[in-house]
Amino acid sequence: MKYLDEYRDPELAKKLIASIKATSRREVRLTEVCGTHTVAIFRSGIRGMLPENISLLSGPGCPVCVTPNEDIDTAIAIARQEDTILATFGDMIKVPGSRSSLEIERAEGADIRVVYSSLDALEIARQNPRKKVMLFGIGFETTSPTIASAVLSAESENMDNFFVLVSHKLIPPAMKALLDAEDVRIDGFLCPGHVSAIIGSRPYEFIPEDYGVPCVIVGFEPLDILHSILMAIRQLESGNARVEIGYRRAVRPEGNITALKILEQVFEICDAPWRGLGLIPRSGLRFRKEYGRFDARSAFGVDVSASSEPEGCLCGEILRGAKMPPDCQFYGEACTPDNPIGPCMVSSEGTCAAYFRYGGFV
Amino acid sequence: MRGDRVLLSHGSGSKASHELVAELFLPAFSNPYLDQLNDQAVLEADGLRLAYTTDSYVVDPIFFPGGDIGKLAVCGTVNDLAMSGATPLYLSAGFIIEEGFPIDKLRTVIGSMKQAAEEANVKIVAGDTKVVGKGNADELFINTSGIGIISKDIDISGSGAKAGDKVIISGSIGDHGIAVLSRREGLEFDVPIVSDCAPLNALVADMLSVTRNIHCLRDPTRGGLATILNELASQSNAGILIEETKIPVKDAIKGACELLGYDPLYVANEGKLVAIVPAEDASQVLAKMRENKYGRDAEIIGEVIAEPRRVLLKTAIGGTRIVDMLAGELLPRIC
Repeated sequence: MKYLDEYRDPELAKKLIASIKATSRREVRLTEVCGTHTVAIFRSGIRGMLPENISLLSGPGCPVCVTPNEDIDTAIAIARQEDTILATFGDMIKVPGSRSSLEIERAEGADIRVVYSSLDALEIARQNPRKKVMLFGIGFETTSPTIASAVLSAESENMDNFFVLVSHKLIPPAMKALLDAEDVRIDGFLCPGHVSAIIGSRPYEFIPEDYGVPCVIVGFEPLDILHSILMAIRQLESGNARVEIGYRRAVRPEGNITALKILEQVFEICDAPWRGLGLIPRSGLRFRKEYGRFDARSAFGVDVSASSEPEGCLCGEILRGAKMPPDCQFYGEACTPDNPIGPCMVSSEGTCAAYFRYGGFV
Repeated sequence: MRGDRVLLSHGSGSKASHELVAELFLPAFSNPYLDQLNDQAVLEADGLRLAYTTDSYVVDPIFFPGGDIGKLAVCGTVNDLAMSGATPLYLSAGFIIEEGFPIDKLRTVIGSMKQAAEEANVKIVAGDTKVVGKGNADELFINTSGIGIISKDIDISGSGAKAGDKVIISGSIGDHGIAVLSRREGLEFDVPIVSDCAPLNALVADMLSVTRNIHCLRDPTRGGLATILNELASQSNAGILIEETKIPVKDAIKGACELLGYDPLYVANEGKLVAIVPAEDASQVLAKMRENKYGRDAEIIGEVIAEPRRVLLKTAIGGTRIVDMLAGELLPRIC
């Protein structure tokens, strides 16, 4: 298939693997930040093709996985209210909160609908003017501009029944938190391609400058990934750390200026809690005052003060790359994609789910 | 089994569905026929070997590119019978209709059933109609059951795969699931995506005319190719190694899957079968399949291995990975 098969060519893959082997001399740990990369790496069997001295760690770039229980509990509490429709992206449905999940609430009668985009949620609100429609806004810089854009549409249409529970997060501050954590050594970052298409390459520049750690922005096809690994290895071996774009067909240094403007117009940066990483300064988004009437938190006024994380679940450590899924006592036995305990097993892009589906014989 | 309510995932053909069957239905109904957990029961009666099966159809939307709920209800049950090597003969049809459902649409659905039954050469010999109040069912649900006869020299089951056997797929995968999904979500693609819904009994008869020595047959419906290969591997205590580049997937399906975040290996088919046959018969069976319109794009996609007892995929770029059963519902990509 055009524009797809070119990036999956076995001969080119062999050449890239040979170059990686020829270039790489020391032991390195590269963190792929994005969950889509984790899945792509597993799906194409890349781990098993790399030399043993290169290990790939999976980072916190799975929006479902890093959403704290408090936000899930809030969504559940809102979904239980009368005359309310909760719109959510599919992966969120099965994530267990402190006591329930959206899937269970749906079976018990709550009106919870899976949407593919924020515009679907907006359409549900238009068609149900007497109901309150709340979109569960999760995701990184890739999804947040689309949510901001839906809010702008709702404003221009004077809609008074559309709300967003904002749980959006920013990637570069989380990468800084990983670098500052004492239990994880990271030699290089494979940066998320889709996020970078929005934010560009500049927000990563502090990483080589302050920490001396190479960053390569990576596409999602097997050859993209192999080529970017080679770029990171070259940086490491030459001792010249910088931000490089390995996904030039989608990413420009300045990013997507239109999307960034919309984002900036609707949201402002705030401190945010991440599952596993704790409170990270300036790593989340909240509504600006002018758009406060769309904020589900104030519109619904629910209280979920007693949120708790599942005891014994290692999702937090796994999201930091400090532990691997098989290190968890629940992995594969008590916790599977059908009966997940922690979010890393729920999301199709979660590290545990990827290990469970594709891991093993590599 | 956790929880005290039935969830959608219990009906998705995934591990949760298997759990529901194993923990609720099997203990209650257990008997040697049911316990085999094949898509059809094979019964002995008065010297005859009969295949018997049932299935309910709740597809949404009921009309989709390439078919409708009526065609599906006939083909699905015919195929479940054919996968045992049976010649399907008679079907029953039960209709649960929502009050207010247009008679015109019902007429169209019945017309599709008639046409599909004629093509499959089966007769619908018993039926039932129930109407429920508005809102108590979604438009139209259909249940069909079917019965067929299996010739004495045929022994096809999920447990017959042996190391060295070849794995054949009868054509491109993912068409039905993506056709239904794209209609449901109002997605349009440059190339129309059409369900592959079709009766496969004539194709099976063609294959059996080449050799009686077919070890396994199964139609990769819910859960897709990946899930049924896992079922066959597990029932046969063997492994299966398939090659990504050999598996036929139409460009339009590949594109739609990339866009929606699905893996074609897990997307439902309604007019495809997987056959596991001895290596020495594989090329002849394949050639015969390609003469049938429903097997034109058939390919040998891999082989049965002794160890490891898992389904493995050799990826396009030369890596190897596990292919697991479908877990949970198929969910859309969110970032």
